[in-house]
Amino acid sequence: MKNLVIGATVLILSLGILYAGVGLEFGAPPFTDMDDYFVSHGQEQTGGNNIVTDIVFDFRGFDTLGEATVLFTAVLGAGLAFRKRREDEDYEYE
Amino acid sequence: MNMSKIVRSAANLLFPFILVFGFYIVLHGHLTPGGGFQGGAVIATGFVLMFVAYSYDFITGRIGAESLHTTETIGLVLFIVTALVAIVFGVTFFTNWMLDVGPVLNNPVAFGPNPGDLNTAGFIPVMNLAVGIEVLGALSVIVLYMLSGTKEEI
Repeated sequence: MKNLVIGATVLILSLGILYAGVGLEFGAPPFTDMDDYFVSHGQEQTGGNNIVTDIVFDFRGFDTLGEATVLFTAVLGAGLAFRKRREDEDYEYE
Repeated sequence: MNMSKIVRSAANLLFPFILVFGFYIVLHGHLTPGGGFQGGAVIATGFVLMFVAYSYDFITGRIGAESLHTTETIGLVLFIVTALVAIVFGVTFFTNWMLDVGPVLNNPVAFGPNPGDLNTAGFIPVMNLAVGIEVLGALSVIVLYMLSGTKEEI
């Protein structure tokens, strides 16, 4: 009985999500104002020929700062997981 | 333990070319496809090639995880300090302040397709270099940490 209820719930939810997804129109209407601004003003405002680098390091510098911080935190986590343990340190594996 | 003589010779031969190619991607980040993250990943690939070809003891006797971690920290600090200097000139954090002061990295650039000039784009090349240094240290030191966890069995 319990399995039946769970199965019916999953079925109804998937059908609902599918129905909502099929009705969506992907990529329409196209938003091009931001693209046109970057392409037409990027070179004169930042001086770099590579528009992608202009956006990543100048227009969205804070985003790059966050990415660098994420990488730094990943290194800290790896160093914590693989650190040298003392002989008498008691730890347990899950 | 070391890999075979063939693998070590090939790694020795390829290592400088990988470094040069990675630094080319980093330094030309504002002109050609690529940038700090991509070039740093290429340079880290060269380091990982040496880690694979030689033994863990041989590698740690020469480079060490501490120095790689310091390299990564230097890159991140350089990135933040370059962004912070903008406050000295009275503009907001992360403003491209090198475009307003001095002739360094400040040549005028033409609109549209052009051959490109290395001496342009304000602080973007400096940021590319900082992020490249950080990524090469970070990815290398992650592989070195994982290699230390295998207890020298490969």
